[in-house]
Amino acid sequence: MRVRLLDIAHARSGDKGDTANVGVIALRPEWYAVLERHVTRDRVAQHFAGVIEGGVDRFELPNLMALNFLLHGALDGGGTLSLKTDAQGKVFSTALLRLVLDVPDVEARALELPEAP
Amino acid sequence: MSKVVRVAGGQGFWGDWPEAPRRQVEGGPIDYLMLDYLAEVTMSILQKQKERDPAMGYARDFVGAMESVLSAVAERGVKVIANAGGVNPEACAAAVQAMAEKAGRAGALRIGIVTGDNLLPRIDELLVSGHELRNMDTGEPLSVVRDRVIAANAYIGSTPIVEALAKGANVVITGRSTDTALTMAPLRHEFGWGAAEWDKLAAGIIAGHIIECGAQSSGGNCLHDWRSIEHLADIGYPIVEGNADGTFVVTKHPGTGGRVSVPTVSEQLVYEMGDPHAYITPDVVADFTSIHLEPAGPDRVRVFGIKGSPATDKLKVSIAYKSGYKAVGSLVYAWPDALEKAQLADRVLRERLDRLGLKFEKVLSEFVGASATHGPLAGDAGRDAPEVQYRIGVRDADKKKVERFTREIVPLVLNGPPSVTGFAGGRPKVEEIVAYWPALVDKTVVQTRVEVR
Repeated sequence: MRVRLLDIAHARSGDKGDTANVGVIALRPEWYAVLERHVTRDRVAQHFAGVIEGGVDRFELPNLMALNFLLHGALDGGGTLSLKTDAQGKVFSTALLRLVLDVPDVEARALELPEAP
Repeated sequence: MSKVVRVAGGQGFWGDWPEAPRRQVEGGPIDYLMLDYLAEVTMSILQKQKERDPAMGYARDFVGAMESVLSAVAERGVKVIANAGGVNPEACAAAVQAMAEKAGRAGALRIGIVTGDNLLPRIDELLVSGHELRNMDTGEPLSVVRDRVIAANAYIGSTPIVEALAKGANVVITGRSTDTALTMAPLRHEFGWGAAEWDKLAAGIIAGHIIECGAQSSGGNCLHDWRSIEHLADIGYPIVEGNADGTFVVTKHPGTGGRVSVPTVSEQLVYEMGDPHAYITPDVVADFTSIHLEPAGPDRVRVFGIKGSPATDKLKVSIAYKSGYKAVGSLVYAWPDALEKAQLADRVLRERLDRLGLKFEKVLSEFVGASATHGPLAGDAGRDAPEVQYRIGVRDADKKKVERFTREIVPLVLNGPPSVTGFAGGRPKVEEIVAYWPALVDKTVVQTRVEVR
């Protein structure tokens, strides 16, 4: 089943130099496992290919039902150097929520995941 | 009943809502008002101001904020802690004192001034004695940009603020204190936490992280269920109700707008997060994976379980250096085929820059309304966008080249693609870039000083 990350998580993003961070938080406690299984470092790196110049790190925060991603080389140098509208990475959050996951039907049904329209 | 200490966040950055400090002292009982003014680039702006006028170099908004809360400080014993001092805490204190004298309240203030974070006068001494101040991101030694450095400040922790409070200050003004220390210090002072009570110190730091960005933890900029967050016009800023054991509740004044919930606090917790296992501060290394949140009534979230570990022997240093020039200009193209017109304008402009022989370190074109924020992830904007803003910026060490670039945008209104408007600003301004150089220095190098007047 195709599941939009937007429908199962919320997010906030910010910056540290040329790195954007995106914290993704499950909308329901039982959906955190879906994030952990399917929103992998590689999947996110692939999602942002051509958008960021560097690699991706992933950290897990099961206590907050959240994953934290660091997107390196995302901000055209960052801070005052950057020429970008989003020089501080404020809306990388919703860019990540554009991700559409392929979740096995059994898992998706068991967890009542909303199907992508 | 055991003691609860209320620390209210009243500013999340320099430029935050001027109403917020007064609303925090008037909306209900609080013990401390915490005002955070400094972002990474703020120190360099303040340093430039101080060079022009030795009586400047601090966050001037703070004087107005103090004026708006003066009676609460004088009559109700609310204490104020702010890193408004920037690169000139003494001048900041003098300005606050002068304001209070004018208001006939000078006797009510005991201003604590924390200094010692400013390393600018000591840079060469540090470099000579083997402190390379390498860039934490690139690894380069500071000597590469030494002649362009205009500000250097160590991020200092809670200890000098605690000292100022212990000496009886009711207003504490610091320079480059960490944002989180401004909240942790009053909790540490009130509860007498020791310098090695890592879990409690970490809890104070995380309380600080939650309220350091103003309303970002109480419903502002909150994506979760954003349509249902009520009365943003009347938003309540966050308040920490701290307990001696390090647990605390995040809340806001009754009757205010916004929301404090597990999702609103969670969004703030992940904001600007690096490795959550090691949130390094001068006082303690806090573990964000230990934080537990639970609802504790309407607009109340209880925070507990926080673990910390010993601080490192380094302090982070925020160094600002001049790094060339930039300019950004824009035009707006209207339906039909707004994006296609804007893209043609971009090709025309770039060809003209080429013909002029102008090469820049960086040229960046964006199409606002189509792809500026999400790039290719945004998909095809189609032909029906009502308008698209064409935005182009350049960056270079040579100011003359950047200036020449600024004259190439507005002509497109008459000599480029059609249906164009939005040029009222004329030529864009050339800005000098002051870039950020994060480094580490041994803690022993930095001696803070506290004076209470």
